[in-house]
Amino acid sequence: MEPLVTVATKKKTRKRTAATAETMAASQREISVSEFFAKNRHLLGFDNPRKAMLTTVKEAVDNALDACEEGGILPSLTIQLLQIEETRFKITVQDNGPGILRQQIENIFGKLLYGSKFHRMKMSRGQQGIGISAAGMYGLMTTGKPVKIISKTGRRKASHEVVLKIDTSKNRAEVVSDTEHPEDDKLFPDGRGTIVSIELEGKYQKGRQSVDEYLEQTAIANPHAEITYLTPGNETIVYPRAVKNLPEEAKEIKPHPKGIELGTLIQMLERTEPKSVSAFLQDEFSRVGQRKASELIKRAAKKTSNTLTPRTRISTMGHAEAEALYKAIQEVSVMAPPTDCLVPIGSKALLAGLLKEVKAEFFAAATRPPSVYRGNPFQMEVAIAFGGELKSEESARILRFANRVPLLYQQSACSSFKAVVETGWKNYSLSQPRGSLPVGPLVIMIHMASVWVPFTSESKEAIADYDEIRKEMRLALQECGRKLGIYLRRRQRMKKESERRSIFERYIGEISTACNAITGVDAKKLYAALLKQASTKTAEADQMLDDEGKVIDEGGRLTKDADVIILDDRQADPGIDDDDIDLFGGKTKKSTRRAGVSKKKSRSKKKARH
Amino acid sequence: MAKKKSAKKSTTRKAPARKRIPGPVSKERDKVTNRSIELLADSIARDGLKGREPRVDIPLRTVTNMKWNKKKRILEMGDSTQTRSLFNVGQARKFMQTLLLAKGSRELIKAEKTLSLRGMYYMSLHTIEGTKEKTFDEQSESDNILEDLEVSLGGLREELHVFAKKRGTMVGNITVIDNGDEINCRRMGTGGYAIPSICEPSVLQFKDCGADFVLHVEKDTVWSRFNEDRFWETHNCILTEGSGQPPRGVRRLLHRLNKELGLPVYCLLDCDPWGHYIYSVIKQGSINLAFESQRMAIPDAKFIGIRAEDYDRCELSADVRIALNERDITRAKQIADYPWFKDKRPWQKEIKKLLANGFKMEVESLITKDISYVTEEYVPARLKAKDFLD
Repeated sequence: MEPLVTVATKKKTRKRTAATAETMAASQREISVSEFFAKNRHLLGFDNPRKAMLTTVKEAVDNALDACEEGGILPSLTIQLLQIEETRFKITVQDNGPGILRQQIENIFGKLLYGSKFHRMKMSRGQQGIGISAAGMYGLMTTGKPVKIISKTGRRKASHEVVLKIDTSKNRAEVVSDTEHPEDDKLFPDGRGTIVSIELEGKYQKGRQSVDEYLEQTAIANPHAEITYLTPGNETIVYPRAVKNLPEEAKEIKPHPKGIELGTLIQMLERTEPKSVSAFLQDEFSRVGQRKASELIKRAAKKTSNTLTPRTRISTMGHAEAEALYKAIQEVSVMAPPTDCLVPIGSKALLAGLLKEVKAEFFAAATRPPSVYRGNPFQMEVAIAFGGELKSEESARILRFANRVPLLYQQSACSSFKAVVETGWKNYSLSQPRGSLPVGPLVIMIHMASVWVPFTSESKEAIADYDEIRKEMRLALQECGRKLGIYLRRRQRMKKESERRSIFERYIGEISTACNAITGVDAKKLYAALLKQASTKTAEADQMLDDEGKVIDEGGRLTKDADVIILDDRQADPGIDDDDIDLFGGKTKKSTRRAGVSKKKSRSKKKARH
Repeated sequence: MAKKKSAKKSTTRKAPARKRIPGPVSKERDKVTNRSIELLADSIARDGLKGREPRVDIPLRTVTNMKWNKKKRILEMGDSTQTRSLFNVGQARKFMQTLLLAKGSRELIKAEKTLSLRGMYYMSLHTIEGTKEKTFDEQSESDNILEDLEVSLGGLREELHVFAKKRGTMVGNITVIDNGDEINCRRMGTGGYAIPSICEPSVLQFKDCGADFVLHVEKDTVWSRFNEDRFWETHNCILTEGSGQPPRGVRRLLHRLNKELGLPVYCLLDCDPWGHYIYSVIKQGSINLAFESQRMAIPDAKFIGIRAEDYDRCELSADVRIALNERDITRAKQIADYPWFKDKRPWQKEIKKLLANGFKMEVESLITKDISYVTEEYVPARLKAKDFLD
């Protein structure tokens, strides 16, 4: 009993320093965004050295492509990974975009959450404006080396070389050096563009989720871009341009009332210029006209006892009114947002992209009409490649893209993965273990175009699982799957037919000689007659009936389909001179291993077989 | 042209000096068979040349195409046929095989020779030109096709000059002439006379029969017991055995003994569904060879035993019981349901008793009583009491 008492008394005697509001205030200070992310870099995709390399390349390439497209320039990118030490790399990305004005350089590369893309509703690769500056920050933290930016905005303008350090505590860039290059430097062959160099600690490893894979997939989703990649192993890989037209420029749209949350609405009310509620609704939202605005206000007025009228000034509105307005928005039906803000890759370009990077025999693409989730317009596209040199024992490979950006991590958390799994591939003559991906020589490419892609995290790795999104994915997958099914069934049938024919031909000889032995009929004549019958019999079977009983020529139907490409699976030898070869150009690898072998395997467009 | 040629060939092949007993079938039958083979080939050739699909109609040898002729008390084949056509993936090979066997038996007829089923298989066996495929993979394939050929030509296996491996034995108070050789079945020692597979009158003739009846037992072991005890002598009968399900030769012989010599046929078989079915085949004909019932079935055959009640009646020991398995039970019920068993109350009772017992018994189980119990007591008692199942 005694010891217990002593313990208790000891505890009592221990002094407890109670914090007062004053002492607490002393340690309370603003946390800069940069500081926050420095501590939580995994949120941005800098979890480990290998992923950090990928994220850095990705952010730089995304920015470069966005800049080029906004400037109406066909992108030509050069990416170099230079290995300095075992775990230290210098990543340099050069584009031929419009360049960056000198005074903006610090903001763009030195400040987190600075960008043109966060505040607007427009389809673009980047969204928040944290990417490239976070990469710079990572480099600085791991190597102590600042970021180097060289930018030139025009042939007659001088290019600026700026070296930046990011001050994490102030969320501000510190200029280390600022040099002006002469106008006629040879850095930019197109006379403009930007070069970003970041030195960082990284790890280069080929294979899945590598920089190589990222660039390959970028080339698939951006067939209008020319990408040159200098690997750490001193290889030069060129992904040539497959289409010569720049994608249409995406239109900027205002947010749709259904897509915002109460907090956002209050923020918008606070930020906007003083005006009436009606004008606010009409100006700040898409699909709200005068009539819809009045309807919303009328409904909101009912919820508050005060008289909210279209002419009520925003400045007089309190929290209760804002909430009433928010509730009214949820109740009233509003026309779906405009969808002309979306620029899908398009079936043709999808096929062109896949065709040049995936060695398969069958390609099909489907573009869904635009749809809406939470007030955000989006559009799904799917393309599949089957057969050829793809491995047949493995699960299908899914290439996921959001606004043309490849997503390499967290596949199983992605809505697209779930959509592929829940699609019944067995219906399309593929095997699919329960609850998993289909198995076969299949590559599935899924692209989501949206003004706001809902990612599951800031590192933009997986698309969030909205029912509307998954449904659209599934429909697009099914559309492609059906075409694949038709193709596979036809292939199976053709195989069966040729087997049939050979069976008949095999026995006809025996039958002719036996008949000859018994009756003395001319064996040769009988053989010829039976052979003729055999070929007409099997030819008839080529024209099988479809489910509805119509005579179909599936080969013809598929070959007429603009969204399908079927390649001959023959391995063309280099001697063949075929005009169709190099339809879209091919990947040329100038590696030390395969020096001199620049002629790619010729793959010709298949002539319709009937 | 070709016809002449093949005719010439056969004449050269013929051994001229040796004295030959005419083949298993008469020359007239040979001519008919030959003609039907030629017609078959001719129709195929004609169809082929005219651009029609060559096909052969083959009567179905299945339960569905089998009719129970209540009046004649035999099983008969129905009219359903299956069409075997050349341009059908599943039938092309069989079509070819049918024609090859037709060609083979025609050659046999020409040469006036016979071959075993296995011999026939070898005769038509070769590798198809330009492939690695053989015309037949195994004998069973050719055996089956040959049965098809029999039914589609309306001829018998013997008429195609093909015979099966012989099985079955006979002793008794009879003398037969087998291919010209006189055989006294009273002096066959312990082995007995091996019943040939072809027992057509052209091969086998009866001479001097003094027996009163035929006792057919299921298998060789029981038959040996009866032969050793000279049962056929003491009871003045003919003793036959069919090694389980009797082959065609044995059935044909029994049929002829019954029809031509007017001998009643008694069967001593196991007390199980298989024994019952052997009896059924002897009596009504088999489902597979329903087309031959006319020449094989013995509607008056009687079933002596073993009976289900014998376990109690003969006071057998419990050791002889062999438990019925599921297959036995289903088979027994199936047999009870056959139309020719269905309206026979004694048989219904017998099968019910078998199922109630829950075990089967072999003829040999009687040996537990005494080595010669079956020959000295069991069968004589049944015969005396005329205690048979019909």
